[in-house]
Amino acid sequence: MFGTTMSKKILLNSKEINIILHRLACQLIENHNNFENTVLIGIQPRGTYLAERLVSILENDYNVPKIKLGQLDITFYRDDFRRRDAPLEANKTNINFIVEDKNVVFIDDVLFSGRSIRSALTAIQSFGRPENIELLVLIDRRFSRHLPIQPDYRGRQVDVINKERVTVNWKEKDGNDTVYIINN
Amino acid sequence: MSQLSVKNLLGIKHLNKADIDLIFETADHFKEVINRPIKKVPSLRDITIANLFFENSTRTKLSFELAEKRLSADVINFSASQSSVKKGETLIDTANNILSMKVDLIVMRHPDVGACDFLSKHVNAAIVNAGDGTHEHPTQALLDSYSIREKLGDLKGKKVVIVGDILHSRVALSNFYALKLQGAEVKVCGPKTLIPKYIESLGIGVEHNIKKALEWCDVANVLRVQNERMAINYFPSTREYAQLFGINKKLLDSLDKKIVIMHPGPINRGVEITSDVADSNQSIILNQVENGVAIRMAVIYLLAQQIQRTH
Repeated sequence: MFGTTMSKKILLNSKEINIILHRLACQLIENHNNFENTVLIGIQPRGTYLAERLVSILENDYNVPKIKLGQLDITFYRDDFRRRDAPLEANKTNINFIVEDKNVVFIDDVLFSGRSIRSALTAIQSFGRPENIELLVLIDRRFSRHLPIQPDYRGRQVDVINKERVTVNWKEKDGNDTVYIINN
Repeated sequence: MSQLSVKNLLGIKHLNKADIDLIFETADHFKEVINRPIKKVPSLRDITIANLFFENSTRTKLSFELAEKRLSADVINFSASQSSVKKGETLIDTANNILSMKVDLIVMRHPDVGACDFLSKHVNAAIVNAGDGTHEHPTQALLDSYSIREKLGDLKGKKVVIVGDILHSRVALSNFYALKLQGAEVKVCGPKTLIPKYIESLGIGVEHNIKKALEWCDVANVLRVQNERMAINYFPSTREYAQLFGINKKLLDSLDKKIVIMHPGPINRGVEITSDVADSNQSIILNQVENGVAIRMAVIYLLAQQIQRTH
């Protein structure tokens, strides 16, 4: 576009994402075996695509049956209510099981400030007291955390400067699997 | 659209269709929240809400208070019967005194028409009308529409009859606006003396025969006869009212379809509606009460989102 300096760089293409998803799935199996006491929770809005993709890989490629998957919306637990220019938009929460004494794995696309995960930690308490909680992210942005939160499973670690944005596109939603670094 | 077009909820008259859709969408999320093991979210932890009730209320007051607490707001309650209003304090003085205690939002019920509009022009806080005299009761109309939508789907083209004391009813007026905005067809049914003149100018049909009205509609919203607002007799006797306009099981069973029965409460059992109808599976009266909490959470959440932070 005329007058703008926006640049868009591909960080991961569809093939690379696929390799990473398989590695993450295997790492989950290493720690959770047959997922008997484990539930996966996709963080709304964009963590849910990653969570669904992982479940499909686990079930179809690694024969792990009946994985419990939920979607958690953190809107009402955020710490920036009335502190942003744009109003917050809620999404659907769909957790039809109790997380009491379960191993919970939060799944999100990009870990940036850590504030979403802080909100998710509060939100999940409404569904019981988990035995423990882990965090899986596709992209871990280093040096950008506002809170002491780190992932247990990471797809790719990246160093980007603050004004750059990392966006993950999913086939189901955006037509292709690509991770971009956008600079405006 | 994820923001209301208004800063206060004074009446449905001031809302548009997008506002109603946003409130319903938000209420869907809160309905899921209030069915969780832990029914509370921390969104409004830095908001203080005053419930000013200058008129008696059970359901609405409890429903608002519960909605506020489930959003984690700090809540203070005020009833006119136990306050300095009895000593002659004016409405603005009462409200301003309460606001000096750093209140962000006021929920008010008042016996006078327009009390909330008046207050909104004079005090610096978001106002939610919880019923002003015979004027509007917006959250009731919202929860009524929401309950119909939940039972029958989109309101467009649905036929709703409002039965009873239309003249003294704020629920009726708010329902007219809400139902019309969503494209429903609306009729009223009741004694001539309790139907306001010129009601047709709002696009509302009038039917004086209860059987015909019920045969026409998909939903009957039955109102209470508000004896406390009547200075004169509008009909000869309660018994005659019950015979001519009361809804009983026999009347319902004589229809060739199953209509949905609603009532905003409190019910005068045996007058406008018999117990076997109120407690039947066609009645969604208790769903209305449950939805009331979700709707009020949505309204308060959306209004609170727009309150400017001063600190």
